[in-house]
Amino acid sequence: MKPLLLILCLCAWFSPLQAAIEAYEFDSPQMEADYNKLIDELRCLVCQNQNLSGSDAELAQDLRRETYQMLSQGKSPQQVVDFMVERYGDFVLYRPRFISTTYLLWLGPFLLLLAVLVILVRRLISTRSPEAVDPEAIARARQILENKEPNQ
Amino acid sequence: MNRFVLPLIGFVFMVGLLGYGLRLDPKLVPSPLIDKKAPPFSLAMLDQPSRQLSTADMIGQVWILNVWASWCVSCRAEHEVITVLASRNLVPVVGLNYKDESADAERWLRQFGNPYATSVIDRDGRVGIDWGVYGVPETFVIGADGLIKYKHIGPVTHESLEQKIMPVLKELLG
Repeated sequence: MKPLLLILCLCAWFSPLQAAIEAYEFDSPQMEADYNKLIDELRCLVCQNQNLSGSDAELAQDLRRETYQMLSQGKSPQQVVDFMVERYGDFVLYRPRFISTTYLLWLGPFLLLLAVLVILVRRLISTRSPEAVDPEAIARARQILENKEPNQ
Repeated sequence: MNRFVLPLIGFVFMVGLLGYGLRLDPKLVPSPLIDKKAPPFSLAMLDQPSRQLSTADMIGQVWILNVWASWCVSCRAEHEVITVLASRNLVPVVGLNYKDESADAERWLRQFGNPYATSVIDRDGRVGIDWGVYGVPETFVIGADGLIKYKHIGPVTHESLEQKIMPVLKELLG
């Protein structure tokens, strides 16, 4: 029982809910929405499976501040994204751009689905159409069925 | 027999792909800054805060920017290697003291020795963001043309110094 309790306590300790979110004042609801969308879609590079909004790392705090400052200077969300990609590469984007290196990433699942559909349809068609059977074998089978005991 | 061949090929392919993926280090994010102009900065020097060092001052020579901080444990591990690199006197090694207290940084240099030609102060980490720094220590090699030629993420080991950084330096120095 005790180890279980300890594990539960540790889980609570490491919970992302601990991440501190700074209180920023926004000029408009639109700016707040842009800010929240951006920090949800930008990745924290220190704790790589967290976005900026979920991470308490120093770098995430700095990048949230940078995002806020750029938006309050009137920069568009796209300019913020470009700023981040310029410095940290496409890896900062949780929603990868549609560029030559990511075509496979975006289109791969659909290609796979298409391939499976093609295989499925071909298989269904081949089971529908009866296989060509040697007419002699059919004749012999008929003979066996009609004369119940052909060998006697 | 034949119906097992295709799934087997698929399986072997997946194992190969996943096996290759396991060997990659997810911490190594390729920098978009390679072969781009070094992001300009002009920062106060740690030893002479009244004087500034800027990237423009370094144009025309090959140099190294090493991002360090007194709170960074891996920087201690790397310090010995950076000292070896600096003692070869091939290129100036500039330190970027990242998000640190100057008093702590100076104590750190006194304690372990100062391999840097000079260190500049990036108190709030703003220059670090421009350089795409996300894990201290990081080491950049900048060419005489002001372009970033190589970036090393994490502590430089003796091995990575000889195998990665020295060949880049030798090529740049001709």
